This record gives sequence, C-alpha cells and structure tokens, in this order.
Amino acid sequence: MFIVLVGAFALTRGDYTLPIEEVLRTLSGHGTLITYDVVVNNRLPRILTGVGVGMAFGMSGAIFQRLARNPLVSPDLIGINAGAALAAVLIITVIGSGWIPLGALVGSLVSALCVYLLAYRNGVSGNRLVLVGVGVTAIVGSLTAYLLTLADIYTAKSASMWLAGSLAGRSWTHVVLIGITLFAGVPAAIVVERQLRVLELGDDLARALGARVETVRGVLIALGVGLAAMATATAGPIGFVALVAPQLTRRLVADRAARLPTSGAIGALLVVASDLIARTVVAPTVLPVGVVTAFLGAPYLLFLIGRRVA
Amino acid sequence: MKKAGGLALCVAVLGVAVVLSLCAGNRWIGIGEVYRALTEFGGSDTDRVIRYLRLPRTLAGVLVGIALGLSGGVMQGVTRNPLADPGILGVNAGAAVAVVAAIGLFGVHSLNGYVWFAMGGALVATVVVYLVGAVGGTTPVKLALAGAAISALLGSITSAVTLLDLSTLNEYRFWVVGSLSLADQGIVAQAVPFVAVGTFLALMLGRSLNQLALGEDLARALGTRVMLVRSLAGLAVVVLAGTATAIAGPIGFLGLAVPHVARTIVGPDQRWILPWSMVLSPAVLLLADVVGRVAARPAELQVGIVTALVGAPLFIALVRRRRMASL
Repeated sequence: MFIVLVGAFALTRGDYTLPIEEVLRTLSGHGTLITYDVVVNNRLPRILTGVGVGMAFGMSGAIFQRLARNPLVSPDLIGINAGAALAAVLIITVIGSGWIPLGALVGSLVSALCVYLLAYRNGVSGNRLVLVGVGVTAIVGSLTAYLLTLADIYTAKSASMWLAGSLAGRSWTHVVLIGITLFAGVPAAIVVERQLRVLELGDDLARALGARVETVRGVLIALGVGLAAMATATAGPIGFVALVAPQLTRRLVADRAARLPTSGAIGALLVVASDLIARTVVAPTVLPVGVVTAFLGAPYLLFLIGRRVA
Repeated sequence: MKKAGGLALCVAVLGVAVVLSLCAGNRWIGIGEVYRALTEFGGSDTDRVIRYLRLPRTLAGVLVGIALGLSGGVMQGVTRNPLADPGILGVNAGAAVAVVAAIGLFGVHSLNGYVWFAMGGALVATVVVYLVGAVGGTTPVKLALAGAAISALLGSITSAVTLLDLSTLNEYRFWVVGSLSLADQGIVAQAVPFVAVGTFLALMLGRSLNQLALGEDLARALGTRVMLVRSLAGLAVVVLAGTATAIAGPIGFLGLAVPHVARTIVGPDQRWILPWSMVLSPAVLLLADVVGRVAARPAELQVGIVTALVGAPLFIALVRRRRMASL
C-alpha cells in the first residue's frame, strides 16, 4: 500500500520534469516572474486539484462499491454526476459563469438525495440504488441535453467542456475547496473503514456483532456522496475514476487493510496522469481530463472484466 | 385469451397515437382534413405539412418505437439482465460515436448516410461488449459492466471529437437529445427493410429465449443452440437499435422500460413480451412526441426528453413496487 502511495506521489511530481531545475528553483522562490506564473499560479493548483479530486472520487467509489457489493454502484451511476451537470449547465447557460462549484454541489446533493429517498424501502439495496439512479440520471441528463440545444453554440461548448470533466483554469480557490473536503474526508474514511468491514460480513452478522447497521450505512453513504459531490463540484463529472480506482485497488493490493485511502491514492494517480496526457497528446488543443480518464480507464476495466468475474 | 385481447387493445392505442401524431402539432388539423391530405394531395399548406412533415415523422416514430421496444426486449431476454437496454449495454453509444465520426471526420450530413455508420458502430460496440462479457462465462453483471465501460469509452471519444470541432458539436447536440423531427420520407423508406428484418429475427427468437431463461445448461439439454440464439439476438439488436439511433438519435429508456411494463402485464413468456413491446413501444413514443410538440409551443421538447421525463418516473415506480431482478 505504501508503495502505491509513494508511486502516486512520485508520479504527480513527475509532471514537473518538463523543466525540473526551473521548477525547483521557482518553488523555492528563486524563479522568474514567468516561471512563477506558470508553475505556482497555473500548474500547481491544477495538479493539486487533480490529486484532491482523484482522491475524493477514488474513496467515494470504494465506499459505494463495497457498501453495495456491486461494482456498478459508483457515484456516477447514482445521480451525483447528473445532478451536478444539470446545475452547472443551468448556471452556464442561464446566469453566465460564476457560482458553478456551489451550484454543482447543490445539484449533486439534491439528486443524490432524490435517488436515496426513492430507493429507500426498508433499507437500501444495491440493485435498487442502481436502478433508481439510472432513472433519475435519465431524467436529469435529458434536461441537461435540452438546455444545451437552447443555448448558443459558444455557451454550449463551454458547458460541454465542463460536462466532460476538466481541470482547465483551476485556481487555488479550487485547491482550497477540495483540500478542505479531504481534510475532513480522509480521517473520516479511515475511521469508518472498520465499520465497512463489519458490514461486509452481511447485515445479520454485523448486527450480531453489535453494529447499528442502518446508521453506519447512512453515515457511509453520506460520506461517499459528500466526497463525490465536492469532487464533481470542483472539476466537473470526471467519469470513471470512482468506478475504476476501487477495482484497480482490489487487484493491485492483496492486503485487504486500508483500502479506502489506497483507492483514493490510485484515483489521484489516475486523474493527474490523465490530465498530463490530456494536456500534451493533442497539443496545443487541451482535452478535458474526463475524456482521457474514460479513454484509459475503460479498456483496462474491460480487460479486468474479461479476465475474471467482477 | 386475455393476453391476446390486451395486445389488441395495445394495437388500438397505437392506432390512436398514430392519428394523434398526424393531427396534433403547432396547429391542430382535423381528422377529416388529414384524411383528405393523405388521399387526394392538393398542394395546399395543410397538405404539405401533413405529407412532408407529419407523415414521415409519424412513420419514423412507429419504426423507431418498434425497433427500440423489440431490441430492449430481446436484450433483456438474452442477457437475463433487468438492466439490459441498448443504452446501457453500449449499443446506442456505439451508434452515436459512429454518427459523430460521420459528421465530424467524414463530412456525412444526411440522415441517409448516418444509418450505415450507426449500424457499424452499434455492431462493434455489441461485439466488444459481448466478447468481453463472454470470456470465462457470461454473467449479467459482467455484461452490464462491459456495457458501462464501452459506453464511457465511446462517450469520451464522442466528446473529444465534438469539443475539437464546433460545427460537429452544433449538429450533435440537436441529434443527441433524440428527436423525430429530423426524419424525412427518404430516411423512413430506407429504414423500413432494416426494421423489418430485425423485427422478423426478434419475433422468431421468442421460444429460444424462453428456453435460455431456464439457464444455459438446461436450454442446451432442451436442444437450443445457445451460441446461435445469442448471435441472432445480437444481430437483431444491432440492426434494430442501430437503425433507430440513426433515424432519431439515442432515445433512451424506451427499450428499458417497455419490456418491463410488458413483463409485469403478461408474465415472463418472451413470446408475449416481444409482441407487446413491439406494439406498446411505438404507441408510447408517438404519444410522447405529441406531448413534446404540444407542451412547449411554439418550440418543441424533443421526444427523447419526453420519453425520459415520462418513462423514468414510471420506471422508478416499478423499481420500488416490484422485485425487478426476477428475470
């Protein structure tokens, strides 16, 4: 697990190898104005946002998948992305920009709450959660698509850019936003991981062991939703990270302990590496990072599915 | 007998939907006038509206509805997966990405040109999903997971292409909501044989799908050639969903919801589910289209949006009320 964490750390640093001495000099306060601008105002917040968002997605995905014992129950599928997308597109097309993170946060929380309430019936089962999520996502997604047909083409483009999940133009504000989330979220995840393992024994056994099953489940869901909602609000609906990171973790890390933080680290790695690719592959055009995460994540997931029963 | 009577009722509903679709719109046109416009074409504005706008649109609705209802039914039957739907198993995404490529890279702008691209895309997506799902034994979860993966992958290509080229995005955003208003006589005529072939294949499969529902081993013991049934089912789905997507864009939800509704009414027998889906689905689609035309006058809500707005709550209600996983 530590190796993975270290690997993630090394790779995020690796982004800077472009002009490494220059970067180090700048970071230690000896760079020129231009390198300072590039490194400190531009790249560093972008990468840190990526790390934070990836961690949040990774942990959130792991919580959901383990809770439901269903690899399909990722935040993407239970309305979080869709709600954030609708709110953001509404703001972009109707109000202009500004307030997007807040709106997206509200949107994702509202739609996740809808999904949860609609799926609730003497508790929440994984399958019902996915099915209701599909339903709510369909409604919300179609409204989003409708809004895009009403907007003028340039607005539609910037909205689509956001919809694909992008780290472009992320500033220190975003870093702070996701940083606060993780500051609260990571310790919470480590604390609840134990409970999660108890729940994985099955409801009856967990109850017998003295766990308050419904309460714990509620807390876990709230945590998973909160992490994913904040991440989506910060960087848009970056697809696939929450779905893939826990799967990767399951395969890479034999040790069953502390899977939530590991999953987060792998999520961070995925996002940062994908953003690097997004910035460089078709330069000077910059693709949204979500395009790359899907493009890289999906085939690997296919490979994993093909190799063994998921 | 009750099931057959119900089916007749569905056909009647479909008939009403067709008539409504011809009459309703920005301006209501009476049935008598519609009939006259269809039988003795005079060239007046009303005649033109009926013949060149509403008739093709209605026919397109019928074709797309049949195609989506059947492909959803076949998919749910063959995968025994309550989540199976051309949208969820990546078939729509395959068709969509191919259409985007057609617009963006090859400069194909006519709907007639989309069909082949859409079908090719649907085919590739289906084959990949199936192959991935089939390695080491097919399970519903694996198939759905593979479909989700393929959808995401293709969706990322789609958004890459559309974000790199503004004019493609412009065309794509109107197509992707799912609309019948783009259909003309040419595309309808061209789609008929495809839908016919797909329909024939799908309806033929009813009995085999019933046997497949007993489990692969038992089906094999009963003499079902499992591989053949699966391949034919896949072919039917590709032809139907590909054609539907090419005509109307990716209309979600119909293929998922209608077979479920049919199953709640007629039970698990595929020989009934498929015909019911085939009739119910175009009726729902046309009614949704009429609502979309009337609700937001003079603008219109595209039918894909209406089906989602109507179908999804119904679907959620079904999910809440019954045990959906019983396939």
